[in-house]
Amino acid sequence: MFAPVYLDHNASAPLLDAVREAMLPWLGARFGNASSRHEYGRAARRAIDDARAQVAAAVGAHPTEVVFTSGGSEANNLFIKGAAARMKPGLVQVSAIEHPCVREPARQLVRAGWTLAELPTDADGRVQVHALDARTQLVSVMTANNETGVLQDIPAFAAAAKRQGAWLHTDAVQALGKIPLDFRALGVAAMTLSAHKIGGPQGAGALVLDKRVDLEPLIAGGGHERGLRSGTENIAAIVGFGVACKEAVAALGARREAMQAQRALIERCVAEQGGSVFGAGAERLPNTCYFALPGIDGETLVGKLDRAGFAVASGAACSSASPEPSRTLTAMGVAADLARGAIRVSVGASTTMQDVNEFCGALARVADELRGLRAMAAA
Amino acid sequence: MLKFPIYLDYSATTPVDPRVAAKMIPWLTEQFGNPASRSHAYGWEAEAAVEEAREQVAKLVNADPKEIVWTSGATESNNLAIKGAAHFYSGKGKHIITLRTEHKAVLDTFRELEREGFEATYLDPKEDGLIDLDAFRAALRPDTVLVSIMFVNNEIGVIQPIAEIGEICREKGIIFHVDAAQATGKVAIDLDKLKVDLMSFSAHKTYGPKGIGALYVRRKPRIRLEAQMHGGGHERGLRSGTLATHQIVGMGEAFRIAREEMGAENERVRMLRDRLLKGLQDIEATYVNGDLEARVPHNLNISFAYVEGESLIMAIKEVAVSSGSACTSASLEPSYVLRALGREDELAHSSIRFSIGRFTTEEEVDFTIDLLHRKIGKLRELSPLWEMVQEGVDLNTVQWAHH
Repeated sequence: MFAPVYLDHNASAPLLDAVREAMLPWLGARFGNASSRHEYGRAARRAIDDARAQVAAAVGAHPTEVVFTSGGSEANNLFIKGAAARMKPGLVQVSAIEHPCVREPARQLVRAGWTLAELPTDADGRVQVHALDARTQLVSVMTANNETGVLQDIPAFAAAAKRQGAWLHTDAVQALGKIPLDFRALGVAAMTLSAHKIGGPQGAGALVLDKRVDLEPLIAGGGHERGLRSGTENIAAIVGFGVACKEAVAALGARREAMQAQRALIERCVAEQGGSVFGAGAERLPNTCYFALPGIDGETLVGKLDRAGFAVASGAACSSASPEPSRTLTAMGVAADLARGAIRVSVGASTTMQDVNEFCGALARVADELRGLRAMAAA
Repeated sequence: MLKFPIYLDYSATTPVDPRVAAKMIPWLTEQFGNPASRSHAYGWEAEAAVEEAREQVAKLVNADPKEIVWTSGATESNNLAIKGAAHFYSGKGKHIITLRTEHKAVLDTFRELEREGFEATYLDPKEDGLIDLDAFRAALRPDTVLVSIMFVNNEIGVIQPIAEIGEICREKGIIFHVDAAQATGKVAIDLDKLKVDLMSFSAHKTYGPKGIGALYVRRKPRIRLEAQMHGGGHERGLRSGTLATHQIVGMGEAFRIAREEMGAENERVRMLRDRLLKGLQDIEATYVNGDLEARVPHNLNISFAYVEGESLIMAIKEVAVSSGSACTSASLEPSYVLRALGREDELAHSSIRFSIGRFTTEEEVDFTIDLLHRKIGKLRELSPLWEMVQEGVDLNTVQWAHH
């Protein structure tokens, strides 16, 4: 396969070498079922325990607070539906810019008698703490937005939630490995993590859960993961997740600086093209640049960049098949015309300064070309 | 050369076939795209690989690829099928039926539905582990909405009469779900003929990776489900969440191999199982659990009377076997499956499940036979019960003092 420069790390990050090496034995000679009591099974159980400790350490949690799932979507569903199922229906609030795997489970609660209200953002994509209703029992606000990378004031939400006895959940899938995360300092009741966004494999994620939260499982049968998530453990992926967490945390300081420098370069180029960066006024993840060039359609730009050898996204991957403007940008009050121009560039561990320089050159060329076509059409 | 411990626990999980692993590895290296990414080649390639695997899975069971929904494994498939269908069709009725010997993933899901207000019937199997079709017919009610019966039992390997059950269900308009986690690659499955509406599959019981499974959802007549996991609308809205491409590719390859090699493999496995059975039947007071005819060749579940199962498993450390299903093996309770067959606790406690597979050798079987002969002899020497039996005492007539 012709390998384009990959600048879509927020969709899925390439697997780290150390992760692959750690996983392969579990697709080979070490194949036991972790519930078996013979040596094959016990070895698998030990590997899961080690990975659990690594994931916990990456976010300052206790290993017993980590519940492994098949990924971020499942962890979000598990918390929102699971916590709600054990409460009297009331008010649930999620931010207007949540990933569909938070928004949709929250919408499902309406059928069970809950009232759903969204928390709005300001023009830079910051979710408004003051919009939290005093009656809310269940809140979910992402740590960092997948499109803009804007960081949310989770401790402020946690303090407010605590005052009114509500459970606060945060989807930290995009934040892990890009900024320091501390489960206790954030003060949340639950936090969602995913392996494949940090150089781990697809197919593993976790819900980090305060044990005071009573949760109904989403998947029953066998009682794995303290009864919260049944099903034979995906050991290879869990082992990979553990190693990815360890690597991500160890390299965080250096990687953050590198990502920031790369992003600064991209944003200088965007500014030169007269483009606007969404959420630029807010604190953001160091790796994400979400922008639009005036008068240039996002889908077209992404297609041109792909042919030029650069893999970027026009929005969140899950919805990138739909032509509607991004919900995140709509929530921020961005005009539909400008929103349709949005493209997301997200760098990561494998990105080099050369990749970024080449991208900037390509962006300038492609933008010129598209503007030229537009001028011809207008003439 | 024998490698210890000898693995005879293929029903708990199987090794990933090296051919499957080889097919997975590129997806763990340069091809890492998210199959939902529509804007670049990384995403398209992943999507194409996912669709090819879907075809392989569909082919093994003679279904349409559009009828296959990826999940994280058979447990999730069972949850999605049972809760999804029961919820969607709850307007039609709230009575559901299953067997007492089903996997926990089915039984626990049934319990959950009971808590929600459904009424469940748990049928007792016959002594041979098979469903009693007359009892089944008698249990059906006008408000029966769903029946869930496993294809092959995980502990005793018996094959349920899925075709007959399907006919009965279809005639009455009842949704029929089948947990086929233990069946793929062991029995031929033709969903064009079988009147099954929903069927659960697992990769890791068929030499694929863990963490991936599928649910067959019939299109004609169309079966509707309420999704259990919501989000980005993957899998036509039935199951959201990023698809793990390498695992899906692995499941596809595992099911392709199963389709192509099942015939020859089953013959070889049957020969090994029969050899094991013959070798162990020499031991006095042994009883095979479950019917031997309607049974996959991979499974042998035997009770060795007057030997305590746990001590036996400890004594045969060179062989990796289990006393029941892996999912319940953490508990010291006797197998609920064997008890449902009417085995008394003592015999249920002294049972061992041997499950044979693709990489089992004759040498391993012979070693196991010899080991069991020696160890059971030794354990029985220490058993006062065995001594009494040897002296001709009928233990059933003994009045035991209770402390």
